[in-house]
Parts: sequence; C-alpha cells; structure tokens
Amino acid sequence: MNEMKTIDARNTFCPGPLMELITYMKQASVGDTLELLSTDEGSAADVPEWVKKVGHELISSENVEGVWHVKVRKAK
Amino acid sequence: MRILIVGGGTGGTIVANNLARRLAEEIRVGRVRITMLSASDKHMYQPGLLYVAFGQMMPDELYRKQQSLLESSIEFHVDPVEEFQLDHKRVKTANGRIHDYDVLVIATGSRIVPQEIPGLNEGGETFYSEAGAVKMFKALREFKEGTVAIVVGVPHKCPIAPVEVTFALHDYFVARGIRDKVHIKYHYPIGRIHTIENVAKWALPEFERMGIEYETLFNVREVDPRQQIVYSEEGTETRYDLLIAVPPHRGMEVIEKQEMGVGGWIPTDRHTLTMQGYDNVYVIGDTTNLPVSKTGSAAHFEAEVVAQNIASTVKIGAPVCEYDGKVYCFIETGRDSATYAMFNYENPPLLKAPNKAMHWFKTSYNKMYWTSVRGLL
Repeated sequence: MNEMKTIDARNTFCPGPLMELITYMKQASVGDTLELLSTDEGSAADVPEWVKKVGHELISSENVEGVWHVKVRKAK
Repeated sequence: MRILIVGGGTGGTIVANNLARRLAEEIRVGRVRITMLSASDKHMYQPGLLYVAFGQMMPDELYRKQQSLLESSIEFHVDPVEEFQLDHKRVKTANGRIHDYDVLVIATGSRIVPQEIPGLNEGGETFYSEAGAVKMFKALREFKEGTVAIVVGVPHKCPIAPVEVTFALHDYFVARGIRDKVHIKYHYPIGRIHTIENVAKWALPEFERMGIEYETLFNVREVDPRQQIVYSEEGTETRYDLLIAVPPHRGMEVIEKQEMGVGGWIPTDRHTLTMQGYDNVYVIGDTTNLPVSKTGSAAHFEAEVVAQNIASTVKIGAPVCEYDGKVYCFIETGRDSATYAMFNYENPPLLKAPNKAMHWFKTSYNKMYWTSVRGLL
C-alpha cells in the first residue's frame, strides 16, 4: 500500500504550489497519492488542468478554511 | 561551543562570517570555535554564469579563494563531509577526519542533473556550470538562423533565469542583426509563463512585443538530439535548431545517500530553519525542502537569521528571530534594463517597471557580491 505524502505549499509565491507538486510527483512512484496544500486561489484551476493534461489522476479538490487540499495519484 | 558549518557557498559563508563577528569575544577567549568544511577551495558567484553564456563576463571573474572570504577566526578545511552522524553530533569527512559539534549548519547546496532527462546533455545547451556557459556562448556565436527553444527542468535554481535568458537571447540576436532569422520559443512547466503571477503578467506583453512564442504546461521528458526534437511529459513536442535548458536540480548526493531528505532536500522548519527532529541542526539555502526560491538571496536572508539565533543562544540561551520567507531577486530584462522582485511568505512580489538604473545596480552587485558574502553588505 502506498502512503500519502502531504506537500505544504501554503503561503508560497515562488516556486509556487504547482511547481512544488511537479517536483514531488517526479520523485514519487506510480500509484502514490500526494496531497497538495495551497493558499493560492489559482491552484483550484491550474493543478487539475496540469493533472489532466499530463495524465495523472485527480482524486479530490476541496477548500477547507481557506486552504486548498488537492489530492493527486501518480498514474504513469 | 563547537559550531560546524558544512558548505562554503553563499549561505555557509555568510553564516560563518556573521557568527565570527557576533561571537568575536567568545571566540577570542576560547568559549566558541567555528569550523567550516567545504568541497572546494574556490567560491563561485553563480549568477555570473548567465553573463558568461552571452560573452559579457569571463569565467575567471566568477571566482575567489574561499579562504580569502572568511574571517581569520574561522577554521577552514577543504574536506567535504561523507557521513553525517547526527545522533552522535559528529561528521566524517572524505579525508577520514571526525568533526564533533554542538551546533551544525548544513549548507551543501544543490547540483544540476541534466542526465535525468534522456538526450539533454547531448542535444542541449545550459548555462548552469562554467563549462556549460562557455559552450553555450560558442553555440550562440555560431548560430545563424532557425528555432531556439528554451525548456525548463523542475525543480531548478534561480527561478527567474528562464525569463532572463529569453530576454537576453532576444537582445543578443537583435544586436547581431539576425533577430528576423531567429524564431524563439519558450516552454514553461506550469500554466503561465512564470510561476510568480506578477512576473507572468508583466512578461507576457513583453514576449508578444518581442515576437517570442510560448508554450505552457511543458515539462521536458526527453530530447532527441539526432532529430532535434524536445518532447514534453504532456505529450507535445518542439523541433529546434538550438536547445537551451534550465536543467533540473537535486540536493547533494551525500544528503540523498544518507536518506536525510528525498531528492537531497532536507525537511526543514520554515520559520526556525532547524532540521526536522534536530534542534541543534540548521539547514539553509538550496539544501532545505522549503517552498522558497532556490537562490543566493534566500540563502543570504536565511543565513542572517541562523547566525543571529546561534549567537543569541550562546549569549542568552535562546533564539531571537524567525525566517519570514524573504527573497529578493534582480530580474535582468535585456542587455540594459532590469527590475526586481521582493517577497516573503505573506506578501507577494509587486513588480516595478524595468529601468536602466536597476540594470546598473545589478551590474554593480556582480562585484559587490564579494562584500556581501564577507558579511559587510
């Protein structure tokens, strides 16, 4: 069973949440699930857009008290 | 107290010099000892590599002897660490020496790993090493017409470099009178042309004005040097005549080998800058896993916080400040103009209009850097 790793990219402007997610996705194994924490409103749109284009799997995306929790499974 | 600093780059050097001044009396009476271990006897001003790639600086201008940058009270050894024994508060070096410490600062930096993208070393140019920057300049000199593709690996040091090199390429070909024969295509990993939203907003009309094509959501997967095609993870491709890459980076091998952090990035508290699980181990600069730019600037501001806290711990037994995520980056916007971005964890960068004065300030800083790492600026 693959464990879920959380990437805390709250309050970061550079390299930014999506760039952080891409970094950790490269290091992850196929089947791993990563949870990205982001305070950037743009993450609700740009993370799913990238996940869809590259071919990973978006598990969920929700805003909890101002923090986006986006869960992504590495598919390839 | 024995303070051991591992790494003689920007962060390590500033911590060492700052501490040596703050603790001058404690060192004099023998209460404190500062030791630095580094892999090299030379210190490189890495931002200068971009200028080398365009023939605007010579490689020898980028170096100083590391010993010449350090306060005389700092004990310096060219002897990289091969083993961190954190639970025993000691390290073992390449020469087999053991150094015990009470406080450890890890500032080992990062390394480029272009080999992780198949074909990139054979098919692309990069300016992230001295040899690469010189080779890129020679390739640019020979270039007469065709498509120049810029691609960006993740993660990478100096996040502003992708747009800087693109503007520099435009101006370089304009100056040579062949811009109309050169098609510049910029590729970027996320959904806009720069990760900082305000930089992306400002750069977009500049790209359009300069006739620079761009493709976003492009993460380099592979390069075919024979066909001269670069492929993305996202399933697209670009044919090129000259490929310029910001290579992906990793932390240093010793960090990875000892499983101190995935990718060579050590888990670090974003405010105290201590390593997770070790209150007496500080981590600064590229070595951290913080969601902060991998730049000399971040290393500089982190180093000041760490030095202040180690010194206050010696003097009053407690740290006195926290890192707020501060970063200051110059942004060269061509051959004779520049601007800057300053931000921290709470405040996004607000970009000012580029001007010549900021470019000259940056040009001056290329020299003033040596004053900065000595802790005088």
